[in-house]
Amino acid sequence: MSTQPAIQPADPTTPSIVEVEGIGMIYPGGTVALEGVDLDFPTGEMTTLLGPSGCGKTTLLKIIAGLLEPTAGQVRINGTPVFGPGPERAFVFQDFALLPWATVLRNVAFGLELQGRDKAEREQIAQASIVKVGLGGFENAYPHELSGGMRQRVGLARALCVDAQVLLMDEPFSAVDEQTRRLFQEELLRLLGNENKTVIFVTHSIEEAVYVSDRIVLLSPRPGRVNRIVTTELERAGRTADEIRRQDAFLDTVEDIWQTLKEYLADERMTE
Amino acid sequence: MPISVAFPTFIETMTALFQMFIDGRIFRAYGDTLQPLLVGVGISGVFGVIFGVTMGLSRGFQWMGEPIFIVMQAAPMAALIPLVTFVYGIGLAAKVCSVIILAAPIIVLNAYKAVRNANPSLIQMCHSFQGTRLQQIVKVIIPDASPMIFAGLRLGVAAGFIGVILAELLITPTGVGDLITYHRSVAEYADMYAAVFSIMLFAAVTVGLLERAEIAFFRPERKKRKDA
Amino acid sequence: MTIGGIRIPAAFSLLIWCAIWEVIGRMEAVFIFPPLSSVLVKLVHILTLNQFHEAAMISLFAFSWGMFWAVTVGVGMGFLMGRVESANKLLGMWVNIFASAPLSSLVPVLMLLFGFGQTTIIITVFLFAVWIITLDTYAGIRHVNPSLIEMARTFGASRVQLYTKILFWAALPEILAGIRMGLIRAVKGVVIGQLLISVVALGQMFARYSRSFLLEEFWALTLILFVFALGLSAAIGWVEQKVEYYAGTRN
Repeated sequence: MSTQPAIQPADPTTPSIVEVEGIGMIYPGGTVALEGVDLDFPTGEMTTLLGPSGCGKTTLLKIIAGLLEPTAGQVRINGTPVFGPGPERAFVFQDFALLPWATVLRNVAFGLELQGRDKAEREQIAQASIVKVGLGGFENAYPHELSGGMRQRVGLARALCVDAQVLLMDEPFSAVDEQTRRLFQEELLRLLGNENKTVIFVTHSIEEAVYVSDRIVLLSPRPGRVNRIVTTELERAGRTADEIRRQDAFLDTVEDIWQTLKEYLADERMTE
Repeated sequence: MPISVAFPTFIETMTALFQMFIDGRIFRAYGDTLQPLLVGVGISGVFGVIFGVTMGLSRGFQWMGEPIFIVMQAAPMAALIPLVTFVYGIGLAAKVCSVIILAAPIIVLNAYKAVRNANPSLIQMCHSFQGTRLQQIVKVIIPDASPMIFAGLRLGVAAGFIGVILAELLITPTGVGDLITYHRSVAEYADMYAAVFSIMLFAAVTVGLLERAEIAFFRPERKKRKDA
Repeated sequence: MTIGGIRIPAAFSLLIWCAIWEVIGRMEAVFIFPPLSSVLVKLVHILTLNQFHEAAMISLFAFSWGMFWAVTVGVGMGFLMGRVESANKLLGMWVNIFASAPLSSLVPVLMLLFGFGQTTIIITVFLFAVWIITLDTYAGIRHVNPSLIEMARTFGASRVQLYTKILFWAALPEILAGIRMGLIRAVKGVVIGQLLISVVALGQMFARYSRSFLLEEFWALTLILFVFALGLSAAIGWVEQKVEYYAGTRN
């Protein structure tokens, strides 16, 4: 891995902390996952990558995270090109990726452990994070003793510990049931409200995207390309979750997006 | 043509076995047999796991090692046991060698497969938090591979045990193999059957204990579900 | 492994090992490793010997019979244990014990009961192979997707139809894997049986070469057996590949 120049801390005046230019991804075997993707992700906002299976949204997220190397194009953080994972970005996995042989406390502190921080310090930070995600009391439990929802909180707590400026979330709620999922969406907004992070979120659920994010990037499949960018203009302040979901702006945006996505799904319909 | 239709009754066999316990013959015999077994399994275990893990982590080692160890696992390596005497004579070293011949391939291959099949999601997670390769190996891959590595050791013990018994029957009688050959030669069939029975019993108990240990140390989730 | 951009399959490393063997043999560094080339020469010679043909026929005969019974009884028991819970409770523990027990130690007993001839070898082969075939068949049956069985029932399948049209095919990948393991164990059984009996067929040839320090012949005979074992394994592997296309998506 090439050494890269140190990333500057987030300048609040930088409009877009993450910039993606000309990204292309061709898998060995010839599948074109992404083609010519240019995007900016505004600092401090939550942007969602939305699209049907095969549109490359997870691929793009992993490229931004530095976990995959694109075949073309460049990712820039605060103006500096990056070529691998870095301390300014933290990733939350769809399948949680918890160490099954470690306690919740150790799992949450794992990012810090890899950074070489000493035990007392990282356990203290982890403890705070655990409480923040609502898992207080479960520090010594093991992943197999937790429900799916709780495991994902561990994954989220772990990502919050390293105090990254950019949080990357790969369909974080897809492995939990619908009811828990709605609660998570609400909790996520509350949690991030105080954090001032930039979040890039991947999902295939339209409602979820419109509910949580400020901007939605619609990707069309085969090959993955940016189709449209939708800005949600919901009034969140002072309203309950249910009120938000019943707003006209919410319903109209969902319908609007659905109409766009419907077009790409035309190929997959059963023949009459 | 049958030598003799020698079929001592179950009671006669058990009595003979009991006798062996009382006069200590069985303990001496197992003491002799277990020495080369433990030494052999120890050596195969340490070097086998190291080599298997290396094969799992290095493409070069994998390329050189995988085919030959697969051959060794499938082939009747027991055929080589008589050969061992040419180099090591008929002493402890020959028996240790017999154990290693049978135990090593399976230990190596299990360790190799365990490392190769380490959870890719966990490895990616480690990479996302910028873990170094060393951290990845020590903190993620090895712990994830441990259950299968231990299973390999368990299978290695079983295979090694076969090796030492065969060595005792083929090369020179000591230990339990001797119990079998001696009592057969003086037509004390109940004792011979008792010795064979003790081998099966010993193997069943040892393997069972190792399995318990495996679940207790490496698979807490299996343990819990068993109680549930 | 790639050299100059061309991918070389791992099996080629065996050629390198053979080369190493040849070099060590030529150097006469280690007594028990004669050069591979002279082993191969002796190997060709042995294949022409009448004694070998007789010995091989006897061994093959015993092997085939033993395997036939092992597959028949093994698959049968596996089905039984998989479908009938009481059979599983009764037999399960024993099958597991015998599958990992040092069966070689039973051979002296078998020799006593059945003599120094073919019968003992057939029974040895049977005993070595049957347990793993049973276990794998059982696992295959157990892992059949319950939805498949329910689906068949909703379409009115009889019990025979259920077994022959669904269960057998759904469990086939595991059954084949079990037979492959059984074959490998059976070859070990034949070898061990003959080594211990040593006055019959291949065991006799091994004993003679061993006594007279005819190392090249000894290795040649060993290689023939190794190739036989691997050939069988590869043959079943080929059959397994034929059913592999559905093995992954059964759930």
